[in-house]
Amino acid sequence: MSGPLIEFQNVSFRYGEDQPWVLKNVNFTIGEGESIAIIGHNGSGKSTIAKLINGLLSPQAGKIFVDGMRVNEKNIWAVRKSVGMVFQNPDNQFVGTTVRDDIAFGLENRGIPREEMIRRIEECLTVVNMSDYVQHEPHRLSGGQKQRVAIAGVLAILPKVIILDEATSMLDPKGRSEIVDTVSALKNNRHMSFITITHDLNEIIHADRVIVMNDGELWLEATPRQLFTKKDELVQIGLNIPFVARLAEELTRVGVELEKHPLNHEELLEELWTYHSKM
Amino acid sequence: MNNTLIIGQYVPGNSLVHRLDPRTKIVIIFFFVFFIFFANSPASYGLLTLFAITSALTTKIKLPYILKGLKPVWFLIVFTFFLHLFVTKEGEVLLHIFTYPIYSDAVSQGTAISLRFFLLIMVTSLLTLTTTPIEITDAIESLLHPLKRINFPVHELALMMSISLRFIPTLIQETEKISKAQASRGVDFKTGSIKDRMQAIVPLLVPLFVSAFKRAEDLAMAMEARGYQGGEGRTKLRQLRVEKRDILAYVLFVCVLIGLFFTRS
Amino acid sequence: MDISFKNVSYTYQPNTPFEFTAIQDLSIDINSRSFVAIIGHTGSGKSTLIQHLNGLLHPTKGEITVGRFTLSANQKLKEMKELRRNVGVVFQYPEHQLFEETVAKDIAFGPKNFGVEQEEIGRRVDQAIKFVQLPEALLERSPFDLSGGQMRRASIAGVLAMNPQILVLDEPTAGLDPRGQEDMMEMFYKLHQEKQLTTILVTHSMEDALKYADKVIILNNGTKYMEGVPAELFLDKQALKKVQLDVPEVIEFLFEFERKFGVSLPYQKQSVSELATEIADRLKRS
Repeated sequence: MSGPLIEFQNVSFRYGEDQPWVLKNVNFTIGEGESIAIIGHNGSGKSTIAKLINGLLSPQAGKIFVDGMRVNEKNIWAVRKSVGMVFQNPDNQFVGTTVRDDIAFGLENRGIPREEMIRRIEECLTVVNMSDYVQHEPHRLSGGQKQRVAIAGVLAILPKVIILDEATSMLDPKGRSEIVDTVSALKNNRHMSFITITHDLNEIIHADRVIVMNDGELWLEATPRQLFTKKDELVQIGLNIPFVARLAEELTRVGVELEKHPLNHEELLEELWTYHSKM
Repeated sequence: MNNTLIIGQYVPGNSLVHRLDPRTKIVIIFFFVFFIFFANSPASYGLLTLFAITSALTTKIKLPYILKGLKPVWFLIVFTFFLHLFVTKEGEVLLHIFTYPIYSDAVSQGTAISLRFFLLIMVTSLLTLTTTPIEITDAIESLLHPLKRINFPVHELALMMSISLRFIPTLIQETEKISKAQASRGVDFKTGSIKDRMQAIVPLLVPLFVSAFKRAEDLAMAMEARGYQGGEGRTKLRQLRVEKRDILAYVLFVCVLIGLFFTRS
Repeated sequence: MDISFKNVSYTYQPNTPFEFTAIQDLSIDINSRSFVAIIGHTGSGKSTLIQHLNGLLHPTKGEITVGRFTLSANQKLKEMKELRRNVGVVFQYPEHQLFEETVAKDIAFGPKNFGVEQEEIGRRVDQAIKFVQLPEALLERSPFDLSGGQMRRASIAGVLAMNPQILVLDEPTAGLDPRGQEDMMEMFYKLHQEKQLTTILVTHSMEDALKYADKVIILNNGTKYMEGVPAELFLDKQALKKVQLDVPEVIEFLFEFERKFGVSLPYQKQSVSELATEIADRLKRS
């Protein structure tokens, strides 16, 4: 295996000389095909990381590497070919006047021949299950549908990593589950890395690894399972753990011993069953 | 949303006129508008009117609908007619309205001018009725292409137009939302003196601008992230092609022009 | 202030090709000082409903009474302003309504429009900023210099300063982080109790409805689908599923527990730790 896909070396960032540091000496690596979640309260610096990765912002100190390239003026467009980003507001990233035109935008920018474009648009719309909406205008789509178009637009450029920068935070539960389902289907079918930036802890369960940010510092790197044992610490930095993890912790407190920390209802019930049959 | 208010709002369809290359439509309309001013006899006016009406019928959009769409300009057309009727004082006196004399030239000139005006508006509205705004944008970009050589920002202009088109519905929704929020805080947009109403606009405009700037910032970032670096080296998905029907349209139009020169007096 | 809808319908753009009936023959009653949650997926008519509460929309059919005010299809309400003063509406992303030079001026905007005296306005601004738990030092700052969460609170203060008796909240926690969401809901609940408000919460969160509401109204396609006490209503998983709603997670878990162990644990608003104790007891007993 070659080197990591994304690497942050002692990265610090602030918006201006007289502004506070948004990121302080951050280090981490993300491997090819890995699925990472970055969490933290609003203002913890998690979205800044996304913008640094593809050079929308550049750090005052430290180095960032993407796919073996240093992220700087010279490499910026090559880097952006490897990184696809889906932003928070579904309305403000929809460039085309129709679904088809919007997906074409990224392809046009990269000078992809028209025949190839048509093929890729069709394929990507099928992947996100939006083939019936090719000619739709954005104001006739729901938030979830717009975000799926955004994902298709990003997929069309065949990136090595897709960053979802709070892509579900403005959606209703239906839209949210549409996106979560779309992404998990992609994870299974494509060899690609995913970075999910979120404050919804239900979305991190499927991540290989979680990076927790707090006040500009990398506070913790852990698997979701390890993370859910740290309820008190998470609450302290403005986050919450899901219901299952909370219940598991309370159960341990009243003397029900569980072998591993459960991530979902089935696991918890299974654990309880084992505990029950041992008695 | 009010379909009588917007002149020539696009009506989806599949007629010959709808399917023409938008450049064909623009070029023909441009020259039509230009040659309207060459008409000077009843026959020549008749020919141009015939052309306009036939084109309108070919779109398969109901004629009353098209005429209803012209509502806001009807007043101007009628006004122009009467202005000429009362101001021009040449030719024979035809009749008196009360004691005011009406001259023959006044009637013919009034009719001619308002007919020109009518044809002009009618034909241009046929363009927007049968062509989506984005097609018009593409056509303009393509027609202005030669200007690139003198460094005219053709691509940027077209992109700006298409982004504006994309965001008009979004901003209309936004305006509605903010005005409701402010109305809930006691702003009255509908009654009061003109000064009061002007003041009521401020709480609407400020948030609207703030949000438009925020959107622009987000959009610029999204565009950059998606690899946008200006017009250089871009390919295009939407392409315009001149087809047989376009050639046919040009031929027909040239025939009308030839006819025009024979019917002039 | 009691609220009642009698056979209310509302149609957008009637007699055009775009005609759309958003709510249809809707009858509901909301008692004074109650906390009511309105639930339904996007497009179910929730936001059309709440816009009737302060006369932003006028019913196409039927009649609405809000306290002593009546809105009906064929009659214009003369005291619209008086109605709006009594009904505070916090729209989705309310920070988009901020526009004044300072936070204090923005909070004062509502009361000023309703002709409240200068001195009283000052008192209300101070009170409102305390209620939304923002430091008073922010009053003289521009609202656009605040953080996202602070802007949200400042705009809510602007609604509270009107001293409404009815508070309508349209997804007030959208976009906040988990802590922010919880703090915000706790704040509204405290307000509800201390100021004895009638609170109407439009939400997607079954958890919040379960936790705070006395009554839930579920809308579907512009009609009332279900109505009742949340802890009872939310047990009907089949019915909720039909309108694409999930039961709250606690209740879902208790169902699954019952299926696995054959032991029923009724939901009685237990906290997580109470629930853990109960489960432990059951497991040890059986």
